[in-house]
Amino acid sequence: MWDWGAFLHYLHNGYLLKGAGVTLALSLACLAIGLVCGTIAALMRMSAKPYLNKPAAFYIWLMRGTPVLVQLIIIYTGLPQLGIRFNVIESCLLGLGLNEGAYLAEIIRAGILSVAKGQFDAARSVGMTHAMTMRIIVLPQAMRVIIPPLGNTFNSLLKTTSLASVISMEELLRRTEVLIQVQFKVLEIFIVAALYYLVMTTIWGFIQKRLEAHFSRSHAPAAARGASPAPNGARAEIEQVLLSHDAQ
Amino acid sequence: MTRSDSIKAGMGNGGWMLEAENIHKHFGPLHVLKGITMRIAKGEVVVVVGPSGGGKSTFLRTLNMLEKPDRGFVKIDGVLMGYEHVNGRTVELSDARVSLQRRFFGMVFQQFNLFSHLTALENITVAPIKALKIGRTDAIAEARRLLSLVGLSEKENAYPDQLSGGQQQRIAIARALALKPKVMLFDEPTSALDPEMVSEVLKVMLDLSKAGMTMVVVTHEIGFARLAADRAVLIDAGVIVEEGLPETFFSAPKQERTRQFLNKVLDFHGSSLL
Repeated sequence: MWDWGAFLHYLHNGYLLKGAGVTLALSLACLAIGLVCGTIAALMRMSAKPYLNKPAAFYIWLMRGTPVLVQLIIIYTGLPQLGIRFNVIESCLLGLGLNEGAYLAEIIRAGILSVAKGQFDAARSVGMTHAMTMRIIVLPQAMRVIIPPLGNTFNSLLKTTSLASVISMEELLRRTEVLIQVQFKVLEIFIVAALYYLVMTTIWGFIQKRLEAHFSRSHAPAAARGASPAPNGARAEIEQVLLSHDAQ
Repeated sequence: MTRSDSIKAGMGNGGWMLEAENIHKHFGPLHVLKGITMRIAKGEVVVVVGPSGGGKSTFLRTLNMLEKPDRGFVKIDGVLMGYEHVNGRTVELSDARVSLQRRFFGMVFQQFNLFSHLTALENITVAPIKALKIGRTDAIAEARRLLSLVGLSEKENAYPDQLSGGQQQRIAIARALALKPKVMLFDEPTSALDPEMVSEVLKVMLDLSKAGMTMVVVTHEIGFARLAADRAVLIDAGVIVEEGLPETFFSAPKQERTRQFLNKVLDFHGSSLL
């Protein structure tokens, strides 16, 4: 039997709400770590120098080729065997952050490839160094291409953090399970948890829309004129990267 | 004193504004530049013509080190580009220092290459502020002056996508001038423009040459070359085939290859040049 009273009671339960807060904080922290790792990995991957692009390719291959759940368990449960110990929070940040970084690296790389080569030439010709060219000219333009898939991975990340419950991180799912073990209202409490996830991903959806509008402002009205479409090669690469991401 | 007299006087006083000595460039197995030497005086306007794939653009890009020459060197106003002499040895400059040297050149591209996420005004001020560390107020004042120079004061808040090709190219010229370059390089500046927009860009370039700017212009606009150039050069297959005064170069070229090339260009452009 469905218990409305219990459902409404747990809908504003402090213990669960705190779990949702942890989920949100963990997601944001992993996004930040992922953005830093992803940007560095993308830039290294695009370098012509093997000692830069080989390690980046290895990192991306390793992280995308193994389940994040396995990575978390190896970090938290496996590494102590070698004397390397991380606490629960460190393990989550490391596992989820590095994993996020590998996916973001490919998204950021696709974004950079979408920027016309002439933009690099022009930036260099007015006296900018390689680093300035990337920071001031290329990455802001790449954001237009990066934001939509980045939004998708953050949406995934909000939900993927639930895997951290397996190594006893006290996030939303873990707290839901704990609560159920004492209260036995399985369906009601799980539905509340699902609603919390839904609220978080929905709010993120709105934020993502605003971000997309912000980074497309210079392209708003005249996009139909077909000003400078990405070169075909780059476009194919972007599509390939996005497809491989959807298949995650 | 005529224009060419003042150019000769400049050569006598301070040497060459731009010297490119024996420039070679390879792209993989392709030997694109096979030893190009060109010396240009202060205030001189050199027009470079030639078939596509002949190395004109690559030559232009080696001048400001967008492409590093494999052999040979470039000096601008006596300063060696990309290298320095330390204790009798020649060593490469760091990326940061070569980047600063590039400001001696202003470069205008066939595809304009305005920074698409920045407004017209920001396109002009971004490099002075970020690369040259000039104060924002001064940079904006100078950018407004340059915008009025190219006749686009009312467009300072427009994004590149909202401007016509001719307007974008004039902004691109203003952007290059904001670095107070010693030499302006133009890489087919009107080739990507609709015909009705060509003249507004050529007019700005003509004004610049009259103001005494040293210019190297890769173009097929023979009309502009006759009007503005002090010298015309044909580059093909990575070498300079012929160079001379525009009057003789275009009407009575010495080399058979020059004659063939000019015939093709004139045929193509037809009566618009007459």
